[in-house]
Amino acid sequence: MINVNGISKSFGDVVAVNNVSFIVKDGEITGLLGPNGAGKTTTLRMLTCYLRPDRGGIVYDGLGTESDSIAVRKRIGYLPESAPIYADMIVLDYLAFLAEIRGCGAERIRQTAALCGLNEVMHRNISELSKGYKQRVGLAHAMIHDPDVLILDEPTSGLDPNQIIEIRNLIREIGKKKTVILSTHILSEVEATCDRVIIISSGSIVADDRTENLQRARGGEKRISVTVGGTDFGGLSESLKKIGEDMDIRESGEGELVSALVTYRGDRDLRPDIFNMAVRKGWVLYELKQEQVSLEEVFRQLTIGGENGQD
Amino acid sequence: MDRIKILAEKAADRAGEIYRARLREAVIIMKKEFRSYFYTPIAYIVTTIFLVFTGFFFFKDFFYYNQSEMRNFFQLLPLMFTFVIPAVTMKLFSEEMHSGSIEILMTLPVTVLDVAVGKLLAATAFVGVMISPSLFYLATMIIAGSPDPGPVIGGYIGALFLGGAYASVGILASSFSRNQIISFITGWAACFFLWLIDKVVVFLPAGLGFVQYFGTDYHFQNIARGILDSRDIIYFLTIIAVSMLATSRVIEERR
Repeated sequence: MINVNGISKSFGDVVAVNNVSFIVKDGEITGLLGPNGAGKTTTLRMLTCYLRPDRGGIVYDGLGTESDSIAVRKRIGYLPESAPIYADMIVLDYLAFLAEIRGCGAERIRQTAALCGLNEVMHRNISELSKGYKQRVGLAHAMIHDPDVLILDEPTSGLDPNQIIEIRNLIREIGKKKTVILSTHILSEVEATCDRVIIISSGSIVADDRTENLQRARGGEKRISVTVGGTDFGGLSESLKKIGEDMDIRESGEGELVSALVTYRGDRDLRPDIFNMAVRKGWVLYELKQEQVSLEEVFRQLTIGGENGQD
Repeated sequence: MDRIKILAEKAADRAGEIYRARLREAVIIMKKEFRSYFYTPIAYIVTTIFLVFTGFFFFKDFFYYNQSEMRNFFQLLPLMFTFVIPAVTMKLFSEEMHSGSIEILMTLPVTVLDVAVGKLLAATAFVGVMISPSLFYLATMIIAGSPDPGPVIGGYIGALFLGGAYASVGILASSFSRNQIISFITGWAACFFLWLIDKVVVFLPAGLGFVQYFGTDYHFQNIARGILDSRDIIYFLTIIAVSMLATSRVIEERR
């Protein structure tokens, strides 16, 4: 378990992280989400012992990042943002250096290289690798000692869509056994990989919950898109108003079919009622789709105006 | 008393354990850094410049004056080192800070002191490699005459101590800035100052004659005469220790 207790960090007059506290349970994939400059990287740097908090502390199962720094670093695998790896080394030499300093054997180098898909570039100079391969070397760096905790700063930045899916699958796979903390400003990444999301804005936590709870609690709104044939918008709107109260009904789309976007609050699912209504009225139902308010909207609501901080 | 003895033994064991563990990390860092010298042309350029200059002055005396000795080589060495060694050490922390790889290094299970000592060992080993072709001069002398072995052996031992001391100062300079040129100039200025100290004694009042003991050249020339005095060795080890601790402090302060 990782206990982050009221950490703060300033660079000169700029407060990068302000009184941030959270607890990460074992085996949880936690996403640190925030706009650029929100303080995600600074938070991760404090979690990995690279930066010292000005106030507060971080404890990994009883080991403090300041009092037991070496023991904590042994337990962590860290992929820094844009993986600043020694460019003049070949991949094999770099992994061998890491294995030696982490106290792992040659077998672990082979396993990690296979896991990260590095076998074909083992004898290539790191400076000659594509961004995607450099990122993989960074992941190998983080995973070579099979750490209990994996901390990844923007793990998919600069990767192509296929590589992004591969890395996300890899993170999910690792997250079944290990604790993973990753930072990103890509919302779909959090939705695709994380069990829990912590949203940071201007150095402070503005939301911390399970991904689905955050969507539900914050949004609390559902949206149904209906497209029918055989009536006009007025008729559709009148009929929809009879199904539920406190609904916002707007016309959407153009053409021969009539489309409406129905926004409402509450747990009730209105789709069966809309379907039955269409059957009763003899309308042809072309589309009936419910959407939850996306994390993107939650993110925008929470972080608006907080994009001038330190990353 | 027994209890105190047991506690003392335990403390000594623990200290030994920590020392061995930390030295292991420093040696791993040293191997990596030493290899990295040969990935870029800078090592070859610095070595070539060093050998061209020292070779010129050695063979000038050898052929012009028919002198079969390395005294002039070792007299020139400290001044050459003030320029060459900061060039060898300028990248050691500056490049890490510039490229961001310091984040990789400082999140590995190593202390800043492990890293600094590893880098110092690598730089000193590189200085050893750099001066090793000068053994060719020695071979030439042995063939042509019969040089006194004491000053030659003392000269090489002194060169390693001096190289280590200047390398530690260069590493400290490198920890101040991410710009290698600034690190080089700062390192050169500091090493040159240490070289200069005992030369300015003639301008000082008689009571300040002790100032010469702070100069690197004073202690190097003592060793290069073939006399291994513990005071000279302690002097160089003190410079190394102070520079390493200061480097560790500078890097720690950045956290």
